[in-house]
Amino acid sequence: MRVPRYWRSIPFKYRLAGWRCNHCGTFHRNKPVVCKRCGSKDFAETELPKTGKLIAYTIVKFAPKEFSEIAPYAIGLIELDDGTRIVSQLTDFREEELREGMRVEAVFRRIRVNGEQGVIEYGFKFRPVTT
Amino acid sequence: MAEAAVKALEDAGVSALNSIYVGNMLGEVLQEQAHLGTLLAEEIGLVGVPAYRVEAAEASGAAALYAGVLDILSGGSDAVLVVGGEKLSDGLAEEVSSALMMSQRQEYEGFIGAEFYSLNALLYKLYIKRYGNGDGVAMFPVISHEHAAGVAHAQYPFKLNLEKVLSSPFVAEPLRRMEISGIGDGAAAIVLISERLAEKIKSPKAEIYVASATDYLTPFERENPLRFQSLSMAVNKVLNISKVDRDRIDFVELHDATSIMAAISMESSGFAEAGQAAKLVKRGEYGLNGSLPCNTFGGLKARGHPIGATALYQVSEAHLQLTGQAGKNQIDSAEIGLTQSLGGVAATAFVTLMKKV
Repeated sequence: MRVPRYWRSIPFKYRLAGWRCNHCGTFHRNKPVVCKRCGSKDFAETELPKTGKLIAYTIVKFAPKEFSEIAPYAIGLIELDDGTRIVSQLTDFREEELREGMRVEAVFRRIRVNGEQGVIEYGFKFRPVTT
Repeated sequence: MAEAAVKALEDAGVSALNSIYVGNMLGEVLQEQAHLGTLLAEEIGLVGVPAYRVEAAEASGAAALYAGVLDILSGGSDAVLVVGGEKLSDGLAEEVSSALMMSQRQEYEGFIGAEFYSLNALLYKLYIKRYGNGDGVAMFPVISHEHAAGVAHAQYPFKLNLEKVLSSPFVAEPLRRMEISGIGDGAAAIVLISERLAEKIKSPKAEIYVASATDYLTPFERENPLRFQSLSMAVNKVLNISKVDRDRIDFVELHDATSIMAAISMESSGFAEAGQAAKLVKRGEYGLNGSLPCNTFGGLKARGHPIGATALYQVSEAHLQLTGQAGKNQIDSAEIGLTQSLGGVAATAFVTLMKKV
């Protein structure tokens, strides 16, 4: 991904920030023109909750080239505390402790070093909440 | 692509064309080549004929076909060539995987490495959780390989038993290596003609109807990720247009890029209740002698999935079935066939219904 495109989506990648439709409540990562679900043009800036529960997860063994240096890695489907579902990499876990339904929280991490342009990209991953 | 195109034209007995449509997804990335329509026209000695490429991720070939059918339906064209092709082996496996992430949102799934198979694995887990039947899903590659055995144009023309599928390594748990289509090269081509021209053409013909629909790119933003709404809508549309009842369909060419997509596709198309496709495939209902044969030449899993070519292989195979040219893969009294092509995790669906004439 080229640097300008990476920069444009930093608010979501760094802070889980975006826009919520004031009519139907749908969350949008990128600034919407119209709501993808109800067509409304009325939005408020928002940030998603940083905690939720793990719905399902998988371990990627066959990684795309940008991720081959960190493979195998885990991808989780997470339901945040407001009900929004997102996919994220999981981190800071031992595989045997992962279970569906467990509490997870967002942390800021290095995601990848990007291709020829060599930019180090950052974003969130989720990790188990330690009690 | 040129070889497939010339074969199709010779087989059809058509030499004058109104237009050419090319289906291809990754030529710009893996071959750094755009402008494939005009390039192909030149390669097959048809400079002068309008030609361009159509792209819709893994459904690019079907999108080209759709454009070709609309061209004929517009009344402006009598003969159209549709060619699909992809040369994935120019890339390393991890480069192909990376390129295929372009079907998802690059600034979201692509950014975190949530590639196609990881999304399929999550769907697979949800499916097992809701319905059980995990090992039933893994029967889809078994029937596809059963049908591909001995097929000259298949990439993997051999049988594969369930034990082998279930002992192959995970790509992304619970999805295993033998439940996904391989990386390969290929090209396929078909010739579309108008009803007006059909009277003059002697070669074997079939009637064709197309429909398409879209869904949210990310499966987990859909109300029910275990239903491919795009496919459901497209199937209903094509049944409507062709005035065919679902139970009159004799065979289906599925988009089995993964086993779980095959299962969800059968359910979303209305051929099985939710959670039942895995049971039906296990019972042998989708074999060549079953109640609804699927992937009669091996589908994406065994015949192969060279992206842009795939949908045109499906349509060519359906044509062989409907014109009695399917050889050892011939199913009895094939009169109506359905082919399905999906882009991304079924964010795009194209379906084709073909009738014997």
